[in-house]
Amino acid sequence: MNISEMILPSVRQVPPSGIRKFFDLVNEMKDAISLSIGEPDFVTPWNIREAGIYSLEKGYTHYSPNAGFIELREEICKFQERKYNLKYDPKNQVIVTVGGSEGIDIALRSLVGPGDEVIIPEPSFVAYKPCAIFAGATPVIINLSAESEFRLTPELLEKAITDKTKVLILPYPNNPTGAVMEKKDLEGIVEVLKDRDIIVISDEIYSELTYEGKHISIASFPEMKEKTLVINGFSKAYAMTGWRLGYCLGHPDLISAMYKIHQYAIMCSPTTAQYAAIEALRNSDDDVETMMREYNRRRRIMVEGYRSAGLDCFEPLGAFYVFPCIKSTGMTSYEFSERLLMEEKVAVVPGTAFGECGEGYIRSCYASSMDNIVEAMKRIKRFVEKNKK
Amino acid sequence: MEEILEILESNNKITEEQIATMVNKSVEEVRDAIKKYEEDNVILGYISLINWEKTTKESVTALIEVKVTPQRGEGFDKVAERIYRYPEVKACYLMSGGFDLTVIVEGKTMKEVALFVAEKLSPLESVLSTSTHFVLKKYKDKGTIFEKKQKDDREAVVL
Repeated sequence: MNISEMILPSVRQVPPSGIRKFFDLVNEMKDAISLSIGEPDFVTPWNIREAGIYSLEKGYTHYSPNAGFIELREEICKFQERKYNLKYDPKNQVIVTVGGSEGIDIALRSLVGPGDEVIIPEPSFVAYKPCAIFAGATPVIINLSAESEFRLTPELLEKAITDKTKVLILPYPNNPTGAVMEKKDLEGIVEVLKDRDIIVISDEIYSELTYEGKHISIASFPEMKEKTLVINGFSKAYAMTGWRLGYCLGHPDLISAMYKIHQYAIMCSPTTAQYAAIEALRNSDDDVETMMREYNRRRRIMVEGYRSAGLDCFEPLGAFYVFPCIKSTGMTSYEFSERLLMEEKVAVVPGTAFGECGEGYIRSCYASSMDNIVEAMKRIKRFVEKNKK
Repeated sequence: MEEILEILESNNKITEEQIATMVNKSVEEVRDAIKKYEEDNVILGYISLINWEKTTKESVTALIEVKVTPQRGEGFDKVAERIYRYPEVKACYLMSGGFDLTVIVEGKTMKEVALFVAEKLSPLESVLSTSTHFVLKKYKDKGTIFEKKQKDDREAVVL
């Protein structure tokens, strides 16, 4: 039997991550400064860790309800209302998932299949496209550009919509560009979508990390509330990536469909992480604020660093990424990243990892210590000057 | 502008240019603000935090609880001043609770510190009693953990 022929075509069709090879190289080079890792360098605040430890000491080591502890769902709803003015019923409009990633997967599996189209603006997080393909649907890519600061425009969206379109992924604040959608940007999108039967999956995992002005969710527009699924989680805001905890908020019918997949595939999210998350939502606003302020300083240092190295760099207002343009060096994104790693021992991620339109850009993450960033920017400047065309 | 203080408190080797970028102000504005903070004694100094245990220098630290008689019209300030003027005294706080002053003293040896207490501190007229506690090991000081992991060992993963 040829095992590889037993694998579903939809799974075979997704190539192994092209960036894997590059990351292997990065991991081998132990003394390199890495600006390539998309997760907070901070450790989870102690009170949150302690809450997890305490739950273990008390022996809370069993399954939780499938949708997550009601106490946690209540805190999630309070948080969303307090921060983004979004109102959801903890009983039937929230599901606690294994990271935001599970939310993306089970939302797509609940909504789309063969013949359906999923609109995905790129550059964006690497999981949307494969998850759409695994669900049997067809991804339709919108190529965003630096001219619009990588924001989704109504014109581009309008052009991508067909009668097969069922879902739009709205990934803001954005990984890898750091782009945000402000109120006026969302208004244009709402105008396009309000009379159409398209579900928006709004991935707001970086919502707490916005630097000039607060995050606004598309779900806060009354005409969009029902047809938006909000995905959020604890990884980025609370530096809890390893705890694997996220959640989705949306219409009860969609949540109960996702619940079905979740309960059979996952059972429930990790209990320890849920106890920690309750503490995070109740008592960690100050920690988030402190981390956010530190990110903001690093963001400014990094943007200034790229600009003074002579690279075009639009100002990213969210997440923890800078997405400078390296076209002036004449190198491709991959070449630039590989040579920067070899010659200056600084790791960044080629923009192409996040979509073809990422060519000519690199993703540079400032969730790294200030000392690392300052040193890395010195090396990058030297590297760019040496290779300037 | 108080953000400048936060930045300097965590790292005073940072340049004015870098601070200016971080807080989105001009270098002149930052320079003026720092100068003003220095003049107003808001910024008292730029010191380094050193783990002497990793060096060859002999050093002991003691925390001394001191009970004193406050003086009429002067309260505790006068007594405190008599105590904190000694260069051996690295910190001095007025306390609520069971005693009045916390005095942190550093010396080369335990004997040196003990002699300081016996010969300088205790004989002071207003000092009623002292209780000396030697520091055995410093785990954390000024918000900094002494033996913390320095390396960023996060693996590069696809995301």
